[in-house]
Amino acid sequence: MPFIPHTESEVREMVEVIGVDSIDDLFEEIPEKLRAQALSAVPQGLNEMDIGRVMMERAGSDGVYVNFIGGGAYEHHIPAAVWELTTRGEFYSAYTPYQAEASQGTLQLLYEFQSMMASLTGLPVSNASLYDGASALAEAVLAAVRAKKKATKILMPRTISPVYRQVVNTIVRNQGIELIELPFSESGGHTPLEMVSQQATDDVAALVVPQPNFFGVLEDVGALTDWAHDRGLLVIGLVNPMAMALLEPPGSWGTQGADIAVGEGQALGVPLSSGGPYFGFMCCNQSLIRQMPGRIVGRTVDTEGTPGYTLTLQAREQHIRRSKATSNICTNQGLMVTAATIYMALLGPDGLRRVAAQCHANTRQLLDALGQIEGVEKLFDRPFFHEGVLRLTQEPVAVLRALEAQGIVGGIDLSGDYPQMGHTLLVCATETRTDADIDSYRTHLERIMSRRRLDPPCAQKVAGNV
Amino acid sequence: MLIFELSEPTRRNSSQAPLEDAAVADIPQEFLRNEPASLPEVSELQVVRHYTRLSQRNFSIDTHFYPLGSCTMKYNPRACNKYAMLPGFLMRHPQSAVTTGQGFMQCLYELQEILKDVTGMKGVSLTPLAGAQGEFAGVAMIRAYHDSRNDHNRSEILVPDAAHGTNPATATMCGFKVREIPTDDNGDVDVEALRAAVGPHTAGLMLTNPSTLGIFEGHISEIADIVHQAGGLLYYDGANLNAIVGKVKPGDMGFDVIHMNLHKTFSTPHGGGGPGAGPVGVNDRLLPFLPIPMVARDGGEYRWLTEHDLPQSIGRLSAGMGNAGVLLRAYIYARLLGKEGMNRVAEYATLNANYLMALLRSRGVDMAYPKRRAAHEFIVTLKALKDETGVIAMDVAKRLLDKGYHAPTVYFPLLVPECFLVEPTETESKQELDGFADALLGIIEEARRDPQLVQSAPHTTPVKRLDEVKAARELDVVWNDG
Repeated sequence: MPFIPHTESEVREMVEVIGVDSIDDLFEEIPEKLRAQALSAVPQGLNEMDIGRVMMERAGSDGVYVNFIGGGAYEHHIPAAVWELTTRGEFYSAYTPYQAEASQGTLQLLYEFQSMMASLTGLPVSNASLYDGASALAEAVLAAVRAKKKATKILMPRTISPVYRQVVNTIVRNQGIELIELPFSESGGHTPLEMVSQQATDDVAALVVPQPNFFGVLEDVGALTDWAHDRGLLVIGLVNPMAMALLEPPGSWGTQGADIAVGEGQALGVPLSSGGPYFGFMCCNQSLIRQMPGRIVGRTVDTEGTPGYTLTLQAREQHIRRSKATSNICTNQGLMVTAATIYMALLGPDGLRRVAAQCHANTRQLLDALGQIEGVEKLFDRPFFHEGVLRLTQEPVAVLRALEAQGIVGGIDLSGDYPQMGHTLLVCATETRTDADIDSYRTHLERIMSRRRLDPPCAQKVAGNV
Repeated sequence: MLIFELSEPTRRNSSQAPLEDAAVADIPQEFLRNEPASLPEVSELQVVRHYTRLSQRNFSIDTHFYPLGSCTMKYNPRACNKYAMLPGFLMRHPQSAVTTGQGFMQCLYELQEILKDVTGMKGVSLTPLAGAQGEFAGVAMIRAYHDSRNDHNRSEILVPDAAHGTNPATATMCGFKVREIPTDDNGDVDVEALRAAVGPHTAGLMLTNPSTLGIFEGHISEIADIVHQAGGLLYYDGANLNAIVGKVKPGDMGFDVIHMNLHKTFSTPHGGGGPGAGPVGVNDRLLPFLPIPMVARDGGEYRWLTEHDLPQSIGRLSAGMGNAGVLLRAYIYARLLGKEGMNRVAEYATLNANYLMALLRSRGVDMAYPKRRAAHEFIVTLKALKDETGVIAMDVAKRLLDKGYHAPTVYFPLLVPECFLVEPTETESKQELDGFADALLGIIEEARRDPQLVQSAPHTTPVKRLDEVKAARELDVVWNDG
């Protein structure tokens, strides 16, 4: 019996102690008519060797591609020590550290994580993580609305990832919160203050400011932050933690700094893994700590004065406050945060900055190389960080398919979400991409673009392009 | 010692970063940070030793019996981790085309089918990132259902007073008012109180079965009828699914929507608090509202179902498709168990709970519901011990740590005084249960003989009992060397 240790004689002893004849008798309180039919869609069990074969075959068929996709999830080198340590059973198979004295390892690690994130974002307080970047932004919106009491609107630039805006909408709309989308500059790909300042601010709780934004473009975070604060709004910074190794952190934006910083933590030592598990982070000002959702670890002392760590401010949480809790969340992404903390410790301030700088340099090289191909142009003229938008003269979906045949996943097709920009592709080259990778992308793209350009008119008619 | 205290300026791990320091001169100064983040500057060995030592300051399933009620702390098979971390799965970017992920998507599709079978529901979406997000999705679907019928007066969600805190918190997040339904003396929902509470304002009832009191709610069919006749829907909190998997299907009990905690019933790791996965299952009438994306199979190919396929969906809950790696682990676990193994989960979880309960009762420990059969967990009440010795349940919990056992859940459910919620799970051996019973009885003896010894526990853990009041009053949540 998989993972069940009982022998037949033990079972006999145990039912005797209970005072029944068989295991079946233990289900006597369940009405007969509710007893389940046999499972029909669950196959016969496999042993480890056989399931291993199935999984290796499926993972193998998916293959490994040279990846130029970012858009919120990034391929970075992950030091071997990160997951060797993270998958130690003492981290992997522990639960939420309710019994603090038996969980000092996880608790101290979470305290170190909070400290690292606070330093990266330039804010004084961090929680122990949330599910992912998109849901962390939703939680920040809810926290801002709670803090502002009556205000129920949020300003959301369209330079924020479309899927993030969808997730926030799913999570907050049932509480009567309205998301007002802000337009962006077609030449710069940013959210200019002139456009934002047209916006009425009655009943608005907060402005969300992404840095870098979804297009990789840098926003004028200082001016936007000051504008919002002058009108009594809170500022939520949505940031890539890797970018924070180089860029001004939210806590320093404008004259007062942003009030909340959130984002996707995946870049810090978590594999791409088809989208999860990742982790979200949230840091904030001291004044907002009681609006913070999720677990928070505090340092304290034991009865002998020895420093130790424990979950704190639990009066915000669902298991105490029930319907009046800040959120229903119970999770912190403990295992992902374990990886991230070890990652940041291994990289250190200099290593993290070098990784960020190399990602940026590689993306710059990629954009320059691809931008020289006929039919391909770099779209925005503003400063950027490690990601950029290309406009093509061809449909991105066909180009991406042709690249995939060459073992390259070439970017994200933006034409569905931003049709006014034409045939656009969001691309990224992290520190894991070599000169040869970039050259290979350029060569293949050039060939694909020229081949399509040379297609006879009849072929274009078939494709419906004329 | 904190990792920061090992730090020495200018120390670097040159093998973990690009060798060259790439120029970023094209980024204007005004966008750059003025000083580096204060991350530790430590060697690789220092990091490995520090976090290895930290890990040794944890209790975990791999090292200790962990009978934490309601949390289903069973063995997390190593194969699930190994085969979910194959490069083809780990390296795949979530925005890659479906053609690069057919193997991965086949696993998810089959997991959807397995979960539909196990729960007796018509559709399953795997996207919720944890149990609480599954609850959110479920209640949001209830709301979307009533809205789609222009039935806008259903403003109230009913929850039993013994419910998990997430139930009322979720109802609030979905914009509902919460009304609590009392529990009767047997631990069942007070059916008359429920009958009096339902009406045209009732959106739904959230129920855990077996309940948080560890007993099977025998009136479930009657409860379902009452709620349905009032026009409400029935929500199944799958926290305790481990107790009935293969024995009863929530769909057969009349539930319209359910979430499952894969980190409980499907044995994915708890990881110190996460990640989890909280798929939702629904019956016919809620199918159009399931969260996206889901996996469909067209011919021999797998593709994502999106807003184009499900325009009434409550929407997306994460940037990707959910906690993919957790779902793969659950899938591998389900395949290792197979249908016959799945049936045994509830049988042996229930056997272990009832054996441990019987053993403790026979040795004089009080149960909150002595007349009821335990499902996969049961409630001990130590009120008599407190009255006799002054030793409270938390003291006993801390003393258990000294004996090498993680404490059961303490002070939940809230309505039983001085309680422990004990859930042994099916993966523990009889020897482990006997050892735990001996330890608990030993502590009760100690409490009578030397209450101070128990009240000052733990004595052998890395720290003694921590000052939680100080932690909350003099908040220190970020290290500061100044």
